[in-house]
Amino acid sequence: MTVARTTRTRNTPTATKPAKPAKKGTRTKKSAKNRTPAPTADTGRRRDLLEGMLRIRRFEERCVELYSATKIRGFVHLYIGEEAVAVGVNEALTAEDAVVSTYREHGHALARGITAEAVMAEMYGRTTGCSGGRGGSMHLFDASRRFYGGNAIVAGGLPLAAGLALADRMRGQNHVTCCFFGDGAFAEGEFHETANLAALWNLPLLLVCENNRYAMGTALERHQAQTDLALRAASYGMVAWSVDGMDVEAVEQASRRAVEGIRAGTGPHFLELRTYRFRAHSMYDPDRYRDKAEIESWKSRDPIGLLVDRMRENGDPVDREFARIERRITAEIDDAVEAAEQAPEEPVETLLRHVTSAPSEAVT
Amino acid sequence: MTSATTTAKTTYREALREALRESLRSDDRVFLMGEDVGRYGGCFGVSLGLLEEFGPERVRDTPLSESAFVGSGIGAALAGMRPIVEIMTVNFSLLALDQILNNAATLLHMSGGQLAVPLVIRMTTGAGRQLAAQHSHSLEGWYAHIPGVRVLAPATLEDARHMLAPALADPDPVLIFEHGSLYNVSGELDPRTAPADLDHAAIRRTGTDITLVTYGGSLPKTLAAADELAVDGISAEVIDLRTLRPLDTGALADSVARTHRAVVVDEAWRTGSLAAEVSARIAEDSFYDLDAPVERVCSAEVPMPYARRLEEAALPQTADVVAAARRAVD
Repeated sequence: MTVARTTRTRNTPTATKPAKPAKKGTRTKKSAKNRTPAPTADTGRRRDLLEGMLRIRRFEERCVELYSATKIRGFVHLYIGEEAVAVGVNEALTAEDAVVSTYREHGHALARGITAEAVMAEMYGRTTGCSGGRGGSMHLFDASRRFYGGNAIVAGGLPLAAGLALADRMRGQNHVTCCFFGDGAFAEGEFHETANLAALWNLPLLLVCENNRYAMGTALERHQAQTDLALRAASYGMVAWSVDGMDVEAVEQASRRAVEGIRAGTGPHFLELRTYRFRAHSMYDPDRYRDKAEIESWKSRDPIGLLVDRMRENGDPVDREFARIERRITAEIDDAVEAAEQAPEEPVETLLRHVTSAPSEAVT
Repeated sequence: MTSATTTAKTTYREALREALRESLRSDDRVFLMGEDVGRYGGCFGVSLGLLEEFGPERVRDTPLSESAFVGSGIGAALAGMRPIVEIMTVNFSLLALDQILNNAATLLHMSGGQLAVPLVIRMTTGAGRQLAAQHSHSLEGWYAHIPGVRVLAPATLEDARHMLAPALADPDPVLIFEHGSLYNVSGELDPRTAPADLDHAAIRRTGTDITLVTYGGSLPKTLAAADELAVDGISAEVIDLRTLRPLDTGALADSVARTHRAVVVDEAWRTGSLAAEVSARIAEDSFYDLDAPVERVCSAEVPMPYARRLEEAALPQTADVVAAARRAVD
C-alpha cells in the first residue's frame, strides 16, 4: 500500500507504468493452504469489497453486450479496471455524505447503493430508471442517497460539490461532500477555481482524482505540464495524497484518513488515485492511442485479482466465496435486465415534464 | 433606510438593497455571495451595509471565479440553502455559462425531477456608461433562450423592490438582470408590500394607436418616446415585459389586437435577439391584427465602443423609437 503525503515525497513515480510493479510469483492455492494463516477480522470486510467491485465489473460487462445488441445507446463510458476507487472511497462515506460524480459513474452509483435495477433501467431510458430515463448512462442521480450525478462536463461537478459542502457547513451538518473527477479535469479552470475556493473557505470537501492516465484519448504527459497531480493540489494548501488506485484496501484506508481529517475541520483533502481503465474511453472509441503492452501491464494489477490474491494469502475461503458472489450478482443483473426490458417507456405526452418544477412549461 | 410604510423617495439601488435585506432577515437559508458584495458593498453599491448587518457567512465575498461561485450557489441550493449570487456584469457571467446552462437549468430534467435548483443569480447588464465592449453588452436574451430558467428584468423601483422575494420562492433558477443605467434612478416607491407578478408583463402606459414593447433599461427611453408621440396625437401603449422567460405572449397579443401596430425596443443586437423572438411571436399570434410590419429598435451590430458619441449612436435612443413608431403609423 502506498499512501504518501505528496508534499513529502520528491520522487513520486511517474505514472507511465503501474504505480507499483505487478506482484510476481503470486502464491498458488496450495502454497497458501500450506501456510494456513487463520482468517482475520478482515475476512468479511474484504469479501464485501470484493462483492462491490465484482458487481460493477459484471454490470458493465453486461452493458457491453447490451450496447452491442443495441438495447442501450448513447455514450457509455466503462469503469472496468477502476472499481477499487469507487468501492474503496465509498467505504469511508456515510449515507448522509454527498457524492458528485462524472460521466464514468456506473461504479460510483452502484457503490453508493443505487440498485443495479435502477441503473440498468436508466440505461434503457425507462421511467423506472434512477433519473426517470431523462439522464441515461452519463446522468445518474439519486437524491435520496445524496448522489448528485452524473456530470458530463469535465470538472463541471467540482463547483457544485463545493456548494454542497458549503451548505452542509452553513447548516451545521458534519457531512462530507465527495467529488470524483478524472485527470482531465486538471486542465480545466473549474478544478483550480474550486480548489482555491474550498481551501480558502475550509470546506468539508473530499476531492478524488481518478487518475487513469488519459483525458479521453490524450495521455497525461501530453495534457499536463506538471504530471504530479497531488503536488499541484497541495499547492492550494490542502492535504494531498497519491494512492495506489488498484489496491482497494489502500484506497479505503486513505479515504478514511481523509474523511476523518475533513470531519475534524481541517478543510478539503485531495486524493490522487492512480488507476487505469482497461477499456476504451467510450463505446465509440477505437482505442488507437495506447499500446497493448501498457494495457497488459496494468491488467496484471487488476484490482479484483489483487484482492483475491490477498484473500488467498490470508487463508480466506475466497474461491468458494467468489463463486457464491458471482451467482448472486449474475442473478441480480439478470433481474435488472429483465426488469428494464419490462419497464414502461414514458409517453411523449409528458415530454415537457421536469423542465421547471411547475407541471409543464408555460412556453409552447 | 427603513421598510417603506408610506410612499418614500428612494433609488433603484436602494430598492434592490432593501429587497436583499428583507430576504436575509426573513429566511435563514438565504445568503448573498459574489464579487465584492461584502466589504466593498457591491460593485455597484447595492449591498452596502449588509455585511455589517448580517456578517461574512451570509454576505460572502468570493474570489473572481465566476464558474466556482455560481456552481457553488447551485450546489448550496441543492443542499437546501437559498443562495443569491451576484455577478458583476453579464459579460462576466459567460465564465459561468457552463454552470448556469449545463447544471442550474438542466439538473431538474436530467434527474427526472429529483433535483430542483432554487437559486437566484443577479447581474448587471447594458451600456450607457462608457464602459466599452467587455462591460456593456445585453445578453439577457441568450439566457431567455434556455428552458429551465426564469429571466427577470426589473425596470421600475417597484420591481427592483418586489421581484426578489418571489424569485427566491421559485423552486427553479431565476436570473435577474439589473440595467446599469437604472441604479441611480430615483422616485417615490409605492408602499405596497406584495411580491411582483413574475408571470405577466405590465402595461406601463395605455394607448390605442401603437404598442411599444420593451423591458429593463430601455423602459425610460420608451416612455419618453410615448410622451413625444402623444404631442403629435399618437397614443402609444407601453408594455414592459418584466419577465423575459417565460414570455407573456398573451399580453402582446391583447395589446396588438387593440393597437394594430408594434415596435419592439431592445438594447441587444438585433440579429438573434429577444426582439427577434417578440417580433416572431407577434407575427405568429397577431398577423391578421397588424396594420403595419413590426418595427425593431435595437443596438447597432458592433461591440460597444468607449467613445461617448459612438456609444450613444450604437444604442437605441428615444428619437429612434419615435421614428420607428411614426413609420409604423404612417
